[in-house]
Amino acid sequence: MKLFPVRGGIHPDYRKSLSSNEAIVVMPMPRRLVLPLQQHIGAPAEVLVAAGEQVRKGQLLARGQGPVSAPLHAPTSGVIEAISQIPAPHPSGLPQTAIVLLPDGLDAWAPLPAPLADPFEAPPEAIREHVAQAGIVGMGGAAFPAAVKLGLGGQHRIDTLLINGAECEPYLTCDDRVMREHADDVVDGARLMARALDAPCVIIAIEANKPEAIDSISHAAAKFAEVQVVAVPVQYPMGSERHLVQAITGRETPARRLTADIGVVVHNPGTARAVHEAVRHGRPLTHRVVTVSGGAVRHPRNVDVALGTPVADLLAFCGGLTGMEEQLVQGGPMMGQPLPSLDVPVVKGTSGILALTAEEVAEQPASPCIRCGSCVSVCPCGLVPVELAAYIRKDRLEDAAKLGVQDCLSCGSCAWVCPSHIPLVQYFNYAKGRLNADAAVQRKNDRTRTLAEARTLRLEKAEAAKRAAAAVRQAAATANAATGDINA
Amino acid sequence: MLTVLLALTPATVFGWWLFGLPAILLFGVTVGACVVVEAVCLVLQGRSVQIGIADGSAILTGWLLAMSLPPWAPWWTGALGAVFAIALAKHAFGGLGQNVFNPAMVARVALLVSFPVVMTAWVSPQPLFSPGAPALGAALDITFGPGVPDAVTSATTLGHVKTELSRGIPVTQSVAEVPALRDLVFGLRGGSLGETSAIFVLAGGLLLLARRIISWHIPVAVLGSLFAMGTLFHAVNPARFADGSFHLLSGASFLGAFFIATDYVTSPVSKTGQLVFGIGCGVLAWVIRTFAGYPEGMAFAVLLMNALTPIIDQYTRPRLFGRSRDGAPLPLREDA
Repeated sequence: MKLFPVRGGIHPDYRKSLSSNEAIVVMPMPRRLVLPLQQHIGAPAEVLVAAGEQVRKGQLLARGQGPVSAPLHAPTSGVIEAISQIPAPHPSGLPQTAIVLLPDGLDAWAPLPAPLADPFEAPPEAIREHVAQAGIVGMGGAAFPAAVKLGLGGQHRIDTLLINGAECEPYLTCDDRVMREHADDVVDGARLMARALDAPCVIIAIEANKPEAIDSISHAAAKFAEVQVVAVPVQYPMGSERHLVQAITGRETPARRLTADIGVVVHNPGTARAVHEAVRHGRPLTHRVVTVSGGAVRHPRNVDVALGTPVADLLAFCGGLTGMEEQLVQGGPMMGQPLPSLDVPVVKGTSGILALTAEEVAEQPASPCIRCGSCVSVCPCGLVPVELAAYIRKDRLEDAAKLGVQDCLSCGSCAWVCPSHIPLVQYFNYAKGRLNADAAVQRKNDRTRTLAEARTLRLEKAEAAKRAAAAVRQAAATANAATGDINA
Repeated sequence: MLTVLLALTPATVFGWWLFGLPAILLFGVTVGACVVVEAVCLVLQGRSVQIGIADGSAILTGWLLAMSLPPWAPWWTGALGAVFAIALAKHAFGGLGQNVFNPAMVARVALLVSFPVVMTAWVSPQPLFSPGAPALGAALDITFGPGVPDAVTSATTLGHVKTELSRGIPVTQSVAEVPALRDLVFGLRGGSLGETSAIFVLAGGLLLLARRIISWHIPVAVLGSLFAMGTLFHAVNPARFADGSFHLLSGASFLGAFFIATDYVTSPVSKTGQLVFGIGCGVLAWVIRTFAGYPEGMAFAVLLMNALTPIIDQYTRPRLFGRSRDGAPLPLREDA
């Protein structure tokens, strides 16, 4: 298949070999599971259980509320210990409501919804319904409710479902392992999603540095004419949705639009596998594969882990830390976020837990920008980071916005190549945050002003009406006085 | 930075050999003065001298300035040049990365317009260990004392052609009198300390390209446009205009293309911008050499283009992903 060139990008040291040859291992159930109500983009789920209640594996614990939300299920059987505030698995570590579940060790299933007998005969909505009920979210890390994305087929004409198996982040190998070990499930899940979207074509894109995954997926896909497997160049950030779509189809997603607007919906292989589980077996999303890696982890590997497992337990299962870790990261090293604490749990969007040594982090003090232009060459979005940074340094955020800072996807390529070690992507994240906050304040002020103006107008109107009425009365009185009718 | 210094070494050592002890003394004075002025500026601003010197930029500026000076120039040209380059062209603008103009070229041009006689006192090659080469005492006299004996001064290749042209002698004839092509390539001719040898400068430039310190865009654009202008006009009137290869091999063409115009700080950041910038340098250098009062135009050309860098940057920004050139989101497909 002919691929299209994608602008910019870098070739970071991949370091995937730490865990890529380790088959997925199932982690035993930890002593306690901590399940945040918000494991997806959108409104948090609404709790359906109370402390002290006995639950079974797969039982619905919280249901989605609002159009963009996802329900939450029990990963095992046990007792609800509490519904309490825990530090969120987010760099802020701000408190978040979570259900704490004490496993009873029986792992007894609740009655599951019946699998779809023949999904390719059933209406597409039936697949979407199963996916929605199973609480599946985008497992590449974005955690967007999968069913909502599958509903895009109703509003757009989707010609291609693209499975994003690029996994371009260094260290991460969970998608690679899932594709190698569960190729049939991934391909089946992809076909089910294509059916839900009414998309005639499925393309599974895998970076060329994963030959085993390409082999096993190709083998599994061989039976299906509509499924194509494509090896894409090893180039970070190939896994960026819009850039992958461009590489495969040559189509460029317009700014502020979805890829669905140009006929492509993108899903992750892990999501495809979860869809297979939900539709074919009625199983909700209760587990996921997480890459635990980094130079400070004793046994880097890919672990099939129950959602809600505390990171501390997961690391202990991987032999613990060597005691020299410098930075704990969730997700990949390029776009991942620092872990606020080891107490935070694995959630649906956790693709990796990394413990990086000082050597791997290699943070160096920044020196002055020498305008070398490396950041301009590598930016996949066509931004001029050197110029943006100069504006942001002077706090001229409006000028940075005019040059498109809000189009930055925070891939970190610019900071990675910068010979002066300037943390460019942090500048842009700061600017984006500030601009968004300012826009929110602006909206609020505009609304207040509109309301105030409306109120002034209303009062003026009332006043004018009063005056008019008084004038009429006055006129009548004068008229009456003139006629001498004192009783008027 | 170390790689750039390494890349400059072959041409520099050749210049030392070609012009002897006075050239070595001048080189030492110029580089030393740049480092001293840099340190003074850093101290005055309360910044770390250690970090500022360690980045090597002052050494590089001094080195490039030395290479662009007449090899037997007196010590104070190097010292004054260091003040122009480091204090005025660099630190007055805010230090490393903030300057608009290439510091070494600012210094060279400031010296050239202030002291035209000293700055155009070219010597014929007096290679080290050759019978005519000045011994240490004479060398000290040349650099720190009374100066260059009149007897050994000569014109540069470009200067010779220009002078002859002004006397009504056609280029075709005067070019025949300049050193043979082989001597131009190797640099056995009069000229600035480090610019005469096209082949050694080119070797350093290729090293920079191979190590990805610079990209091909600026050098190719500079040399390509200079060559194209020379060839084009030579074809029109060979008696008035020297040909393309003459322009490439004389003056500071290679030094300018690989080491001066490619200065990160003062050249555009995008590849398209770098092509525009390079073409501008090449064309301007040709225009100045051909029509202006000075025979050599590379330094002026680079400075003029430095002034245009912000504008070039503004008009050569890449197109944003998902947006048209004017910044509006791309239109949706008709059939979607």
